Amino acid sequence: MPLVIWILAFFGHQGFVIRHWQCAKNMKAKIQDGTKVSVVPRSRTIRIFGVGGAGVQLLDLVIGGEFTGASFAVIDTDGPSLAASPAPVKIQLETKLLRGLGTGGDPERGRALAEEQFSTLKTACEGATVVFILAGLGGGAGSGISSVLARAAKESGALVLAFVTLPFACEGNRRQQQAQQGLGELKAVADGVICLPNQKTFKLIDENTSVLDTFRITGGLLLESVRGVWRLLTRRGLIQIHFDDLRALVHDRHSESVFACIEAAGVARSREIVEKLLAHPLLDEGRALAEADAVLVSLMGGKDLTMTEVNRVMEQISRQCEQAQIIMGAAVDETLKNRLCVTVIAAKNAVSNAEAPETFECADVSASRSAGRRHVAAIPTHQPSPPPLNLEQREQMITRRGGHVRKPGSKMLQAQLPLAIISKGRFDKSEPTIHKGEDLDIPTYIRRGVALN
Amino acid sequence: MFDNSNIIVGLEIGTSKVCAVVGESREGGTDPAKVGLNIIGLGQARSRGVRKGELVDTQQAEEDVRNAIVEAEQMADVEIRSVYLGVTGGHIRGFNNRGVHPVVSADREITDDDVRDVIKNAKAINLPTENSVVHAIRQHFFVDGQDGVTNPVGMLGSRLEVDMHVVHGNTNRLQNAIRLVKGMQLEVDEIVFNGLASSLALLSNEQKELGALVIDIGGGTTDYVVYTDGVIKHTGVLAVGGDHVSNDLAYGLKVPLSRAEKLKLEHGSALADDAAKGRTVTITNELGLPLKTVNIEHLRRIMSLRLEEIFLLIAQDLDQLGLLDYLRAGVFLCGGGARVPHIAKLAEPILQMPVSLGQTNSVSGLKSALGQPEFVTGIGLAKFGSFKARKREGRPSLTQGIKGALGRFLQRS
Repeated sequence: MPLVIWILAFFGHQGFVIRHWQCAKNMKAKIQDGTKVSVVPRSRTIRIFGVGGAGVQLLDLVIGGEFTGASFAVIDTDGPSLAASPAPVKIQLETKLLRGLGTGGDPERGRALAEEQFSTLKTACEGATVVFILAGLGGGAGSGISSVLARAAKESGALVLAFVTLPFACEGNRRQQQAQQGLGELKAVADGVICLPNQKTFKLIDENTSVLDTFRITGGLLLESVRGVWRLLTRRGLIQIHFDDLRALVHDRHSESVFACIEAAGVARSREIVEKLLAHPLLDEGRALAEADAVLVSLMGGKDLTMTEVNRVMEQISRQCEQAQIIMGAAVDETLKNRLCVTVIAAKNAVSNAEAPETFECADVSASRSAGRRHVAAIPTHQPSPPPLNLEQREQMITRRGGHVRKPGSKMLQAQLPLAIISKGRFDKSEPTIHKGEDLDIPTYIRRGVALN
Repeated sequence: MFDNSNIIVGLEIGTSKVCAVVGESREGGTDPAKVGLNIIGLGQARSRGVRKGELVDTQQAEEDVRNAIVEAEQMADVEIRSVYLGVTGGHIRGFNNRGVHPVVSADREITDDDVRDVIKNAKAINLPTENSVVHAIRQHFFVDGQDGVTNPVGMLGSRLEVDMHVVHGNTNRLQNAIRLVKGMQLEVDEIVFNGLASSLALLSNEQKELGALVIDIGGGTTDYVVYTDGVIKHTGVLAVGGDHVSNDLAYGLKVPLSRAEKLKLEHGSALADDAAKGRTVTITNELGLPLKTVNIEHLRRIMSLRLEEIFLLIAQDLDQLGLLDYLRAGVFLCGGGARVPHIAKLAEPILQMPVSLGQTNSVSGLKSALGQPEFVTGIGLAKFGSFKARKREGRPSLTQGIKGALGRFLQRS
């Protein structure tokens, strides 16, 4: 009897391996195609992965976008969601144990599966110079697999940028914790993580926005950011941002980068850009810029892009982030006509940064609670050189951030915490002056996030 | 003293001060240089019952108005019976409306009646029920689509149109100010939008023709008016003013509001330049003991951001309407906010045109009042009154009109 089981298991496993082998072969063919056509001008192969249910859906959006020259792949444990995806490469992580039911929302299972198929993931990443990972953290597959995938991509020599969403607060504590843990792991491995807490999009929606539209908005925001980086990497620039600049900005900083991609058209577009930038929900209304220690700005316009406009935008941005190292680039894209498109990536150093306090609490809790489980996350097969942290160091780092948050830089930020109640002084009782959704009675410098130090 | 016929009084119940300006319209006959307004009295009082340009405490406001009126009466040695009352507030809006009238007479000649009808049509506007019209100002006539006709009487055409600029506001809030003044046994000749009054005081006909923007930065509101081709094209109110600057400073520097106000006047500037870097000022209590050290650079940065925002919002508004390119005479500032040092320098790059402090125009009299940006609105109110009075003189009065009609009737019979 045990023999039979063994044989069954063996064949099951064989079947699995064969399927994946075919997959990998498929992908290799694709990659060769890609290099032959070489649509990407700087001959950089970019591969975009959608991981987990949300990631697969996000990738749907991305495939619909203008990403010529990229190759796409989806990874999930759930068969039906993969089947619906238009991505050319589909990797289903499956064992008999799951019975085709996915991870059941447990990141441990996702992680274990991914670790088991580490070599498959690595093959999938082979040949790419940049790997984008799109995932929704909080569930089983997204949170569990993406960090392992990031490690696999790094080991195969690619730069890894992860674009992830965090769940809404109403999705519950457990998902929130799982997401925070997943984020922490991802940060430790990937070169850059661009993270969009879904909760922030509440500022963008109104009473009547349907759930479907809301998710479309969050997807859209993330897509914007992917597109921004994409443009950065592929379009020819007048003032070029070299690939190395991006790498230098996000590489090995283990930082969380925030991100905004803004478009404006018309005569006053440079002014509009700056305003939108400072009101951007992902940049915490400009606060993120003030906290950043490195900022990358890429301007893209039609042929009519003027130096004055470039100058005006840069002036405003550099005024916002005085301490930061700023890398800027400008490029002309004829398809943009009279529009101006600005991509801003602001990176803060993870150790010296001060994030919103609630995030830290979560990270702290999840770290201490799941200290036992954590070992699965960081099975150091053979530690790659870029993240030179072992398990202890990493954990130390995560827990230390929780304790450290109040010391550095907190003095400067005290007036800017979102929870601080801003008294309107003598206008407390009078009718508020609302202009386009902004309460003008609140001091301008607070709304713009200008730090007085 | 007893002949009040040519005494015109402008009353502005502002957020920071109540100001009454007594003017005397000069009868210079036909010589246009002599026709104008002579300011003979000025009364002012600190305002305590107004926030953002609107009444919040009628009792205190009444007291302030009384003080200002009494002071003006004493100075001008006249008795004030009626005033032109300035109004403002975030509820006031301006928009353009067009009236159409077909010319039906056989010879297609446009008559006075046609003009009256078309203006009546243009004034028939769909306003929210709680709003009423403050001003309906004629812009240009169109005869069969021909643009820029200023007086169509006598022209031939089949279709007469007119553009009107309509300023309207919330009826109840407008009535509050009127009731307050009427309660003091004073007549209200007319209510006038403050921004319009300021622009009347500052701009010459030439500047109106070239196109100009007047920004009146008051205590509680910032009013602005745009002239192009000699007519008013746009008006707007931003319920942000000097009070906001003080409030920002009080919050940002953590000092009481009164102290912030004082710091603003003594050390404020619209530009946070390098000269302020590292400079500090120590504020002391009444005994001369140091209380707190304030960084001048912070003070100016806070001020500069707020003022910059005001100009930015105005620039946005005008940009949306495509008016920024038509202001060839530039921008004129007035109101207490115009006193802030370097404010024109701050505004110039934002509005991208020359910005200067406005000078009152074709008004004579009290030199102390004419040069002050705070009194521009009050002077403008009196000037508005003088225009109205002159128009009235030109028109036959009611009794004269009846007499004439009766005479004609008797003659005919």
